[in-house]
Amino acid sequence: MTKLSYARALNRALAAEMERDPAVFVLGEDVRHALTNVTAGLFDRFGPERIMETPLSEQGFTNFATGAAMAGLRPVVEYQIPFLLMLVFEQIVNQANKFSLMSGGQATVPVTYLLPAAGWRLGWGAQHSDEPYSLFAHYGVKTVVPATPSDAFGLFASAIRDDDPVVVFAPIGSLQMREDLTPAELVPVPIGLSRIHREGHDVTVVAIGHLVYDALAVASQLEDQVSIEVFDPRTLYPFDWDGLAASLARTGRLVVIDDSNRSCGMAAEILATAAEEMSLLAPPRRITRPDGAILGFAPELDLTLQPDRRQLADTVLEVVKDG
Amino acid sequence: MNTPRPEDFYRSMRLIRRFEERSMDLVRSGEIISGIHACIGQEAVAAGVGAALRTDDIMLANHRGHGQLLAKGTDPGRLLAEMAGRTTGVARGRGGSFHPSDLTVGVLGSTGSVGHGAPLAAGAAWALARAGSDRVAVSVFGDGAVNQGALLEAFNLAALWRVPAVFICENNFYATTLPVGASVAGTVTGRAEAFGIPAESVDGMDPEPVYAAAARGVARARAGEGPTFLEFLTYRFEGHHTFETTTRLRYREPEEVARWQQRDPLALQAGRVPGGLRERIDAEVEARLEAAVRFALAGPKPDPADALEYLYASGLRTRPGVAARPGRVRMARR
Repeated sequence: MTKLSYARALNRALAAEMERDPAVFVLGEDVRHALTNVTAGLFDRFGPERIMETPLSEQGFTNFATGAAMAGLRPVVEYQIPFLLMLVFEQIVNQANKFSLMSGGQATVPVTYLLPAAGWRLGWGAQHSDEPYSLFAHYGVKTVVPATPSDAFGLFASAIRDDDPVVVFAPIGSLQMREDLTPAELVPVPIGLSRIHREGHDVTVVAIGHLVYDALAVASQLEDQVSIEVFDPRTLYPFDWDGLAASLARTGRLVVIDDSNRSCGMAAEILATAAEEMSLLAPPRRITRPDGAILGFAPELDLTLQPDRRQLADTVLEVVKDG
Repeated sequence: MNTPRPEDFYRSMRLIRRFEERSMDLVRSGEIISGIHACIGQEAVAAGVGAALRTDDIMLANHRGHGQLLAKGTDPGRLLAEMAGRTTGVARGRGGSFHPSDLTVGVLGSTGSVGHGAPLAAGAAWALARAGSDRVAVSVFGDGAVNQGALLEAFNLAALWRVPAVFICENNFYATTLPVGASVAGTVTGRAEAFGIPAESVDGMDPEPVYAAAARGVARARAGEGPTFLEFLTYRFEGHHTFETTTRLRYREPEEVARWQQRDPLALQAGRVPGGLRERIDAEVEARLEAAVRFALAGPKPDPADALEYLYASGLRTRPGVAARPGRVRMARR
């Protein structure tokens, strides 16, 4: 049994996949010195051709990875900051993710894009605090947001093995989480499969990424009043709609908590699909950042814009009262 | 690799010229609904570069890419079928004239973001080198691309990591309507020289110097000496896209076009081939294209049910645009 942190789980998954498949290599900034810890120890073990230190040329090295992938390699590209994904959005969405269809199935682009620090960090302000996963789900790029160390290991490994581009969001709120894991539990987790962290029969709370921990805390806090099922989609695209339908068949009520902006966010899609295709006893609800939110620098300005446990508890109680 | 004979260049260029002319006919008759970016006038670059490459080398073409693909070895019938949206096309009708991939001859495709093929080629070249082969990757782009940041980033990465890539700029002096003098500060070759990449500016209206320069660049790449940049000065005789036959944009003076047409590369090369042989080649090209058009238009159109086939390499199926199984409202009355 190992007490494994989330960050260490990412490192373990990468090392295991690099060991398993010589085509796997890393491109990124400061990866040689493992600034984000994901590549810790791997430069010494695998050398400069497999832990490739890049200049600050995100668009260039993102397409470099696509080209290398089409020529037979399996790149893992690390981006230190969420907004860098917006800088390379075109390269991922319009190029890497379209070559399979555009080429009539001739080209495959097995690239993994890893964001080892997604979301808010105290005092990092407006440009370092986003979780742009909804954008990738909208465009049909495979997108995973593991909440726990075991899922971080399992989904990162699956992303690397997948033959399509996959974006891996590792929420900052999860990075320090630790889990007791046996080696047998460090296995790939299928992309597109949800996980129920806690069973319940009154309301399903869909919690994305680190918010799973908040949902579990609220479920404990309210356990005398309401039975909450905590549903972790793990993969946002392709979403496990069958899993959600099964959960809602048990509870009939839905609350989504999503640390991204409201309009066209992931929570909106989950609500829309539940309302359109599933059976509900009460109007579904979501807790998100406000529309168009930009987090200001001072803590008083940013914390107030993020989904929190009080909002979740209040909303759950309202939904249960509603129907 | 043996230096091609004059008739080899002529055959290649004649095929490209007549392919584009036949394609423009098919645009007019409505068989090619996208229109095309014809490369008429630029055939010497395609033919010279293509002759310096092997089938197993990788190419990233650009939007004016029919000639590049043909010179790389793509079957004209399968390319035309692609442009006509048939399942017998090189990319099964999914890429069209703008994005034709043909991995059977090493063409990964062409990407819509101008200049972004350069970092794709750099990455592919690096993968080839890492595999221990002597294969190379080339990226072909126009003068408009040299102002793209991603292309300059690619130059830096390629030089830094000495990847076996050759960057080919077909400078036809216009990025759609924008003249190069109004878009490029400094020089085109200066872009590459800034990164320590050997760069040459070469006459692109004659396949022989094009071939010689491309062969030097490819040889450097195969020998592990890193990337080369080649600027070929050329001119397109047609519009940027066939839509110009109706829009009649006036960004070039007719006298300028006429001046360049005096230097028609196909006419130049024709003069290097004995008449009898030339006539035989012309007839051979006509017969080949006749068969190509027949093949293309006989190909089946895709089944709409297959619209999302190949969307994911893993075979993932996605939700349709209309819910397959509507839910049920059983909300409590409030």
